[in-house]
Amino acid sequence: MSEMARSVWRYRHFILSSVKNDLKARFARSRLGGLWMVLQPLAQVAIYSLVLSRVMAAKLPGVTNQYAYSIYLMAGMLAWSLFVEIIQRSLNLFVDNGNLMKKIFFPRVCLPFIGVGTALVGNAFLFAATVFIFAIVGHPPTWALLWLPLLVAVNVAFSLGLGLLLGVLNVFVRDVGQIMAVVLQLWFWVTPIVYTAGILGNGFRSIIALNPMYYIVTGFQDVMLYGKAPQLMPLLWTALGSVVLLGLSFIVFRRAAPEMVDVL
Amino acid sequence: MSDAVLKVTGLSKAFRDYGSELKRFASWFGVKVTPREEHWVIRDMTFAVGRGEAIGIVGQNGAGKSTLLKLVTRTLMPSSGSVEVNGRIAAILELGMGFSPDLTGRQNVYHAAGLMGFTREQIDKAMPDIESFSEIGDYFDEHVRTYSSGMQMRVAFSVATAFRPDILIVDEALSVGDAYFQHKCFKRIKEFRELGTSLMIVSHDSSAIQSLCDRAILLQGGRILQDGDPVEVMDAYNALIAERENSSMKTERLEGGQLQTISGTFEAVVEDIHMYADDGRAVEFVDVGQSVELRITVHAKSAIPRLVLGYVIKDRLGQSMFGTNTHHTRQVLEDVQAGQRVVYRARFPVNLGQGTYSISTALVSTDTHLVDNYEWRDLAMIFTVANHSHPHFVGSAWIPPHIDVEPV
Repeated sequence: MSEMARSVWRYRHFILSSVKNDLKARFARSRLGGLWMVLQPLAQVAIYSLVLSRVMAAKLPGVTNQYAYSIYLMAGMLAWSLFVEIIQRSLNLFVDNGNLMKKIFFPRVCLPFIGVGTALVGNAFLFAATVFIFAIVGHPPTWALLWLPLLVAVNVAFSLGLGLLLGVLNVFVRDVGQIMAVVLQLWFWVTPIVYTAGILGNGFRSIIALNPMYYIVTGFQDVMLYGKAPQLMPLLWTALGSVVLLGLSFIVFRRAAPEMVDVL
Repeated sequence: MSDAVLKVTGLSKAFRDYGSELKRFASWFGVKVTPREEHWVIRDMTFAVGRGEAIGIVGQNGAGKSTLLKLVTRTLMPSSGSVEVNGRIAAILELGMGFSPDLTGRQNVYHAAGLMGFTREQIDKAMPDIESFSEIGDYFDEHVRTYSSGMQMRVAFSVATAFRPDILIVDEALSVGDAYFQHKCFKRIKEFRELGTSLMIVSHDSSAIQSLCDRAILLQGGRILQDGDPVEVMDAYNALIAERENSSMKTERLEGGQLQTISGTFEAVVEDIHMYADDGRAVEFVDVGQSVELRITVHAKSAIPRLVLGYVIKDRLGQSMFGTNTHHTRQVLEDVQAGQRVVYRARFPVNLGQGTYSISTALVSTDTHLVDNYEWRDLAMIFTVANHSHPHFVGSAWIPPHIDVEPV
């Protein structure tokens, strides 16, 4: 493990420039460039707001803002899009870079860092856009936003832990990538992003209680919509689980690394 | 070799098929799993490369060359054995790998050099050199997608060789654009070598191997078939390409210590080969420019529908000086009977420089030895050229000049 850390440090310039290049390439190729990173989730928010705001507005107690539901959606979507972005990047991390890995020697451990780095930068843009929109609709930022770095850290740990594990498996069994496309859609609906946990019956609520993303998303909503601290205990457990998962996936990654290039 | 920069010991590589990937996953966690199928591409290779040594790697497709290089550059992990590297390896295998078309040449250089593990400061320092070596002018700050493939190669080669490695791996397919830049590349490779960089060159081109390498390794079926003098190894390699179902190959030491390779089906053989001077004497020492007759007697052991004789005169390093065959001269013999003997007489002036030369002969049915190879005989005869009657000159060719000197 310390060897991995050392190579990451040695290649830090490469990781940073890769993240930068990825962004540059995105801006270069399409007219709206990097804006798409922000526009896509916002468009989704707009659609849900349009369709569901009347039904859902009454379910958000204690918020007087008429755009409460949109704010709720955006908070959840910010967390969710980071999760999905990291999972999808990690899934194809090794498959997409297969040619490079076959031809040039460099520490493979750089790849997940590049993936997470790129996803984080994209999410930062989305965050900025979100805060900007909040300000427009009369929901100024509060001190509770200071909790965000912690929430983002837990989100990254969980997403990368799961994503890296699946990414390694995807090298050997490509079905993993296909399955995850479906699983992620289902997962979106068992996470209270579009709806609130409050409208659920007890049976369903015990199911989503097993969903780590539930605690992470709720944390984002607490901080961004309600302006209060997230519930610490569930968050702590999620964090602990995520770190264990992350450790496990790095172990699998290290064991699998020598064989990965063989099948790429 | 104690001063080895590269030490390969008992290296083997297998690609494993576990049948079920679940078994593979289990094997990462220490569960003993026997793979359903193992495909060994490299078997028990041992060799060392000394500091400043240049080694040529030759072999047919599938002999294990690329796998060996991947193991040496550490992109593949060995199944057993070890690769020990004392120093930095650079490979000019896939020039331009990882170049992004949406970035400028300069940005790509930062990226590619970063991929090689260099820090920002080191790259900054090497940047002027990379920029000037690539010689693409203002294009250096343009997007790579506007480059011609030659320009991309120039930048890629400049980055790959911006920092002198301890071992440089060069693939034969090294096509770096125009002849001018190619010369520049070889000059840089030679400079590196003088500074102590070891070379590993993969090639099918015998002249490249023989002119650049001190040693060559012939791979066949994932094993080292021969490791030694480049001229001898390339002869064995040529025989190997010609080797067919019922053909065989033998090598024997000649008196001079050279290794002679003879291969083929031996349906026709060279029975006698000598060089004669104008007065009819058999000669082994000839003067520069002297006219001689090369007389080759061929014995057909079985009926042959189409018989072509070819010969090549090679210098001491194995470089071809001149070669032709009776297919090109339109003197093919058809329907040669079993037991028949044919005498070929080739008359020519020996327009060669001083030195020792060898003649290789080939008995084939077409213009190459890859269709039917009746006999391929390297070092069929050796002769020496000395300069008795002309002013001193250097080089392998005798191109008599007429020089006018006129002070004005």
